[in-house]
Amino acid sequence: MTATSTETVRGQQVRVPTARRGPGRGPRREGVAGYVFLSPWLLGLMGITAIPMLLSLYLSFTNYDTLSSFSDAQWIGLDNYRKLFTNDPHYLHAVRVTVVFALVTVPLKLTAALAVALLLNRTWRGVGIFRGLFYLPSLLGGSVALALVWFAMFSRDGAFNTLLSVFGVTGRSWVNDPDSALGTLVILGVWQFGAPMVIFLAGLKQIPSELYEAAAVDGAGKVSSFRNVTLPMLSPVLFFNLVMETIRAFQGFTSAYVISNGTGGPVDSTMLYTLYLYIKGFTDFEMGYASAMAWVFLVAIGLITAVFFTTGRFWVHYSDGDDR
Amino acid sequence: MATIPASAPVSSRRPSRTARQAVRIAILVAMLAVVLYPLVWMLGSAFKSKAEIVNNLSVLPREWTPGNFREGWSSLDVSFGRFFINSAVIAGLTVLANAASCLVTAYAFARLRFPLRKFWFAIMIGTLLLPGDVLIIPQYILFKWLGWIDTPLLPLIVPKLLATEAFFVFLMVQFMRGIPRELDEAARIDGCGPYAVFRYVLAPLSVPAIVTTAIFSFIWTWNDFFTQLVYLNDLQKYTVPIGLRLFMDSTGQTSLGPMFAMSVLSLLPIFLFFVAFQRLLVEGINTSGLKG
Repeated sequence: MTATSTETVRGQQVRVPTARRGPGRGPRREGVAGYVFLSPWLLGLMGITAIPMLLSLYLSFTNYDTLSSFSDAQWIGLDNYRKLFTNDPHYLHAVRVTVVFALVTVPLKLTAALAVALLLNRTWRGVGIFRGLFYLPSLLGGSVALALVWFAMFSRDGAFNTLLSVFGVTGRSWVNDPDSALGTLVILGVWQFGAPMVIFLAGLKQIPSELYEAAAVDGAGKVSSFRNVTLPMLSPVLFFNLVMETIRAFQGFTSAYVISNGTGGPVDSTMLYTLYLYIKGFTDFEMGYASAMAWVFLVAIGLITAVFFTTGRFWVHYSDGDDR
Repeated sequence: MATIPASAPVSSRRPSRTARQAVRIAILVAMLAVVLYPLVWMLGSAFKSKAEIVNNLSVLPREWTPGNFREGWSSLDVSFGRFFINSAVIAGLTVLANAASCLVTAYAFARLRFPLRKFWFAIMIGTLLLPGDVLIIPQYILFKWLGWIDTPLLPLIVPKLLATEAFFVFLMVQFMRGIPRELDEAARIDGCGPYAVFRYVLAPLSVPAIVTTAIFSFIWTWNDFFTQLVYLNDLQKYTVPIGLRLFMDSTGQTSLGPMFAMSVLSLLPIFLFFVAFQRLLVEGINTSGLKG
């Protein structure tokens, strides 16, 4: 370090005889350049994120609807929020549907991801092809095309009932039955386990093999070394996947919209939070009310993330101590 | 098996190891069959004739016919080709906007010292977790107020020009941190300022991260439904995802075939990207995901 820095100093003195430009101005010039390079992002932060957020916070206390002008928006205090929690059964139902969807989808998806990652965590010819093909649904699954396929697959004449008929079971139209429509969305979510799987795989690769050897010397079997080596070493990755997939599950929209044809039906059974928000804001034009929904959602996501980070302290192990 | 005499202790474990590997592969193949089934079914149904969709219960058609593609392409009021062009324009512009804006932002965060750098970086990480769908209502109101709603390219592209996709900023920052600082310092000794270092050192060396960003931007924009649903209200300006949904409105067995055909076509660009850049995509997920 010292050698290079003296060299740098010497180099600058040789190159720049007018030493006035030297120490004082360099950092300042870099500071200006920093803000020049940062300016698009800062503009976006203000214009696309911060100001609209504050605007919607204000609107959430008004009865603003898109069809009228801003000046017609009347301050109604906490009425929107009060209505959400006491006077809108559809809303409370949407919250329930979303929580159920996330609670079922995320554990199933992460279990599938971890199981397949463990099976793929060996180097052999062709492992890359398997990894790629398991990952493929994560790239395609969020599309309207796949949601349409899902709708057709779980309708009365769909492939799923064909499969059931092999076992002598007569199916029904799963997407039109309020008891099973959400289930088809869960399956579509779990089907896209490839992205967390890839992240698990990378985490598994970073576990030093000496740890397994040491565990074997201590007489640990497969199960024991999975519990005492793999899981703790993998916990930061598991934590990351848990946070990201939970947030993703709470934001499910496309599949619910397509499968229910934009209604959240049958009987509100696929009414995920963001779908209800869309319907309130863009079908019913109740933008003030939808803004209140958005803010409750934001606070809820923030709280959930905070809970993850607080509880994470007790089960997430970072092997290099100075990392935190 | 020919090497057995060489080392007896290893060879005694060998059969069980190959057996275990065989079981492992058998499980993986079975799981893969389940995972790929919906895709194969979609592909098969796209090529089935109307009669076969109703009668033939097997996954693949007895006779492969392109009729669904012809019908799907032109059965709506606007040709499906129109939707493809619209999607390609939006995705292409998004790719350029994201790559350029996220690159300059990442350079500032990864390499330059400026007041409040840590603070802004923390905010940027915070926006990573910000659920984007929530912002859509206030953004819509803002764009409506600006009078941008009738020119859907503005609300769809301008945010990308302003580096609002924090995921890509983060991905590029992580990548740039891996580029040795000695290279910048060497350039500085040669008289390069912060702009020249960006132009001649960091930007050219960041090409892999730019490519990853470009591919993910393309795929996500191509698949995006929510924002396009909100901002595209004119049939002529519809994109592929919005156009596909029109097949839902005219449900009934007859439109199933064309619907599948257009679904297959709509996924084709993503599939081609996947085949060409599989390794890069998988690694892109990792760099962004792990080293936080």
